[in-house]
Amino acid sequence: MKFSIYRFDPDKDSKAYMQDYELDDARLNPGMMLLDALLLLKTQDESLSFRRSCQEGVCGSDAMNINGRNGLACITRLSELKQPVAIRPLPGMPVIRDLVVDLEQFYRQYRNATPYLINEDPVPEVERLQSPQQREQLDGLYECILCACCSTACPSFWWNPDKFLGPAALLQSWRFLADSRDQATEQRLSNLEGPFRLFRCHTIMNCVEVCPKGLNPTHAIGRIKELMVKRSL
Amino acid sequence: MEKRSFDTLIIGAGGGGLRAALQLAQAEARVAVVSKVFPTRSHTVAAQGGVNAALANVLPDNWHWHMFDTVKGSDYLGDQDAIEYMCRAAPRAVYELEHFGVPFSRLDTGKIYQRAFGGQSRDFGGDQAVRTCAAADRTGHAILHSLYQQNIRARTHFFDEYFAIELLQNQAGYFLGAVAMNIASGEPLLIEAKTTILATGGVGQLFRTNTNALVNTGDGMAMALRAGIPLQDMEFFQFHPTGVAGKGMLITEGARGEGGYLLNGDGERFMERYAPNAKDLASRDVVSRAIATEVREGRGVGANRDHVLLKLDHLGADIVSKRLPGIRDMVRTFLHIDPADTPIPVYPTAHYTMGGIPTDRHGQVVVPVQQGAEEPVPGLYAVGECACVSVHGANRLGGNSLLDILVFGRAAANHVIEHLKQQRYHQPIPADALEPALQRLARWNRQGKGESIAGLRAQLTKTMEDHCGVFRNEEVLQEGQNAVLALRERLREATIDDHSQVFNTARIEAMELENLMDVALATVSSALARRESRGAHSRIDYPERDDQQWLRHSLFNLDPMKMDYKPVRMQPLTVDSFPPKKRTY
Repeated sequence: MKFSIYRFDPDKDSKAYMQDYELDDARLNPGMMLLDALLLLKTQDESLSFRRSCQEGVCGSDAMNINGRNGLACITRLSELKQPVAIRPLPGMPVIRDLVVDLEQFYRQYRNATPYLINEDPVPEVERLQSPQQREQLDGLYECILCACCSTACPSFWWNPDKFLGPAALLQSWRFLADSRDQATEQRLSNLEGPFRLFRCHTIMNCVEVCPKGLNPTHAIGRIKELMVKRSL
Repeated sequence: MEKRSFDTLIIGAGGGGLRAALQLAQAEARVAVVSKVFPTRSHTVAAQGGVNAALANVLPDNWHWHMFDTVKGSDYLGDQDAIEYMCRAAPRAVYELEHFGVPFSRLDTGKIYQRAFGGQSRDFGGDQAVRTCAAADRTGHAILHSLYQQNIRARTHFFDEYFAIELLQNQAGYFLGAVAMNIASGEPLLIEAKTTILATGGVGQLFRTNTNALVNTGDGMAMALRAGIPLQDMEFFQFHPTGVAGKGMLITEGARGEGGYLLNGDGERFMERYAPNAKDLASRDVVSRAIATEVREGRGVGANRDHVLLKLDHLGADIVSKRLPGIRDMVRTFLHIDPADTPIPVYPTAHYTMGGIPTDRHGQVVVPVQQGAEEPVPGLYAVGECACVSVHGANRLGGNSLLDILVFGRAAANHVIEHLKQQRYHQPIPADALEPALQRLARWNRQGKGESIAGLRAQLTKTMEDHCGVFRNEEVLQEGQNAVLALRERLREATIDDHSQVFNTARIEAMELENLMDVALATVSSALARRESRGAHSRIDYPERDDQQWLRHSLFNLDPMKMDYKPVRMQPLTVDSFPPKKRTY
């Protein structure tokens, strides 16, 4: 099986290049994921650098651009990929080395979304109550693994990564706005005002297209916009 | 070398490290968390089924019953003071999480959803308890993200993607921080601290097939060993009954808690023979042995009769989607089947390290001093899977690992806060204290051609799987110990080709393999020494539990290599001791 992989080591390369790799078909088996192939390639060339950990799509380490589409290597089936498989780092982010990108901008926007529950009532001795229906509002939101597939597929985020929060952070904004236990609606909405932080979303929907967990940031952004409109009336 | 200075250094950003960090940051201690991965990528994120606490939201319950189940589950090797402490603290630990924002599933009453899990009873061994608090089957993810979020709020200082090289100590044995390497730049960093908390997790990567993340390489355990601290009870390694056969992904015990059960090649619900009362919800060691026995005796499933089936289809698609959505996704992705229609092929898979760095119930690392009583090691703490408190003894109950990290992460931080009041200034770091770290860093700059890291790692994990699995005996373990010793020697001559300073994962993997080798040696040596069967340690040549000789904790020392032992703490804090009894489910 043939691969073409983005290589760049600032310690020795003056510019990035694509390197061809080949895996003996005898080492492949049906059901293998792209990460399995990358781990095999790394035994042939230990300098090939990428992040990985859980191997089952919950830690969010191995996001990369696979044949032009962002995804997690560990849950992308090899058998579904056209050859040579072109693998590049997530687009729009500074490359540290090979497939490893600097995600600081992405994490900063996550932190800017005030991603924690705010409730100023006295702390009860037991749990705060929440009905199953109220809890259901958080399904499709809390499962985000911060892999950055969505934000780095978003043209609005490419152009304004310092001003537009991006789909991942906005999904988190809605996750807390939608939580019946949270009391900071006003503060959260004020924090999203202005032409950029929220409103740079032009519903291109690349985020929905690529999310490996099947989440829908565009829908979440739409719900926040609705709240903004209601609030301004 | 660049130097930074904090009150407390925490190595590891899973649930244990983050819970400790939050407590410290809220107490306005200056706390630094060093992690080789971004915090939410730590392995706590993969925990599925839930966290035990006797909230009694579904059925009557109390902490004392939980304590009994944990002591029995540990095959009486757990320390009963620590177990009482943990079970009493459990409800508060879970309520705190709820207040931090964890999106627990809910009952119609609006209270936290609880499910049945293995080895848990009401009224000291009576009917099944319902004690495991869950956020669908993504409880670890929900907890880890919430803890990280609360740490953002508390402005904890994070060093993301820094790899800890070696701990620092002075002549008097006081621990002073650590040297870590910035993975992105390759630059070393000296982090000076009045107290250091190890929270580096377990070592599932010892075994070829395992449920663990690739980062679970026992880094903290190995650093402790090399700093002269023994490892406790390392022979007790948990094989989870339901890893996906041949692949290793975890299928939560919650699948059986929700009503799933196991079938052998004859279509028989075989757990009825091994555990007539608890059946599929017996303790993990019992279920894993039963599966391995069915397969050994020719009653497996498949062309090679090498696994059994976990049946969920009778639960209906609605329950499977609602209570086990992550499992459904994962099985569809990796096996191309829908567990709501088709049973899942499963086999016992290396999962959890019961042993670890010996601590007391305050998280202080404790070692026997000159054959005398245990004494705390000044400045050093350990929490979570890398530690051995010991609340899990010879076999951990499902749902007690998330509880362990929360309760002891918090307890260790509280003890550190008291300690910091007395320890106002940093102690000087002697120049020679840096030497082991510098040597370790320089070692992988060596040029030339040697064996590959990947090759040696594959041989190590195969050796551990073949020689230190579910069933063990003297001969196989002795071969295993010899093989690990030989591989460890060969690693000294291995080299890497990649000498770049930038995000050099080849160098990280080489250092992780060094850590794995040291912990492998501890595991196989402790298993070889213990001539009885208890909990997860099953010796075919010594099939019975032997309380006369072996109701004691093992301690493995690396240099010089030797076994040592210490008594089990049978006396709880306030209640009567649970004396060892025959263990049936």
